[in-house]
Amino acid sequence: MSASSSTHSEVREIPVSERGPAPRNVVVSFGFWLFLLSDIVIFAALFAAFAVLSHETAGGPSGNDLFDRNRVLLETAILLASSFTCGLMSLAVEQRKLIPAAAWGAVTFLLGATFVGMELFEFHGMIESGARPDRSAFLSAFFTLVGTHGLHVSAGLFWLLVMFAQIATLGFRPMVLRRLRCFSLFWHALDIVWIGVFTIVYLGAH
Amino acid sequence: MAEPIETTEDQEAGAPRVAGGSWQGYLTGMVFAIILTLASFWVAGTDLVWGPGVPILLAVLAIAQMGVHLVFFLHISSAPDSLNNILALAFGVFVVALVVFGSMIIMANLNANMMSMPELMNMQR
Repeated sequence: MSASSSTHSEVREIPVSERGPAPRNVVVSFGFWLFLLSDIVIFAALFAAFAVLSHETAGGPSGNDLFDRNRVLLETAILLASSFTCGLMSLAVEQRKLIPAAAWGAVTFLLGATFVGMELFEFHGMIESGARPDRSAFLSAFFTLVGTHGLHVSAGLFWLLVMFAQIATLGFRPMVLRRLRCFSLFWHALDIVWIGVFTIVYLGAH
Repeated sequence: MAEPIETTEDQEAGAPRVAGGSWQGYLTGMVFAIILTLASFWVAGTDLVWGPGVPILLAVLAIAQMGVHLVFFLHISSAPDSLNNILALAFGVFVVALVVFGSMIIMANLNANMMSMPELMNMQR
C-alpha cells in the first residue's frame, strides 16, 4: 500500500483523528453530494406518485396513446451527449484551458437547451390535444414528474450561463473551480434521474 | 503536526484532486451508457422477450446504467476521500426505496381493500 502510492503514504499513516479537516475540495463535493441526494429523494416521491397514479387515466388518453418512443430516444441521446460534453468541459477546466472549456461548455448548453425545447414542444402538443395536467391523475403525475426534471435542467442551464460569466470576469480561481465541479455533479445527477424517467414513464407506458 | 492548516483555505495546489477523470473514462462511460440505453429501448419494443419479464429487464438495465453514470461520470469510487459519499449514497438509496416501494405497496393494499364505487354510493343513500 505505502509502496504503491508514495505521495499519499505519509498521509495514510497519520490516524484519522489527527489528520485535521479534510481539504476544502472534498468538503464542498460532499456537501453538494448531500444536496443532490436530497434532490433525488424529491424525485423519488414524484416517482412514487407517478407509479401509483399511472393507471388512473379517468377515461382520458394513456401513456401508450401519447408517447412517441423515437422522440424519447432522441431526447435521451441529447441529454447523454450533454453529460459527456460536460465531462469534457470539466477536464478542460481542470487543465485550466479556457478555449476548450468554453467550447465544451457551449456545446453542453446547446444540447441542454435543445432537450428543454423538445420537452416543451412535447408538452405543448399534449396540451393542445387535450391531454392537460387536469385531465386525469395520470397526466397530473406525468406533468409534475417530467416537468420537475425539465425545471432542474433549465436551472442547470441558467447556472451554466452564470459560470460562463464568472469564468470571464473572475477567471479560474479556486472558488470558481469548485462551483464548476458542483455544476458538473448537478448535470450528471440530472442525467441519472432521466434514466428513471425514460424507463418508468416512457418505456413502462401502458 | 504533519498537515499544515493551509488545506482548509482556498488552495488547490497542495490538495489532492477530488474528482479526477480522464477523457478515456468519460468515453468508456458514454459507450456503456449508449449500449444500455439502446438495450432498454430495444427490450421495450421487442416481442423476443417474454412479456412479464420486460419490466424486470428494464429495471436491471436502468440500475446498471445508473451505476455506470455514478462510476464514470460522478466518479463515485472506493477511494478514502469518497467513503462519506458512498455512505450518503447508501442512505439515499435506502430512503428512495422506502418512499417508492412503500408507497406502491400501501396504495396497492388500500386499492385492494377498497369498496367498489357503486357499493360506496349505495351506502351513502
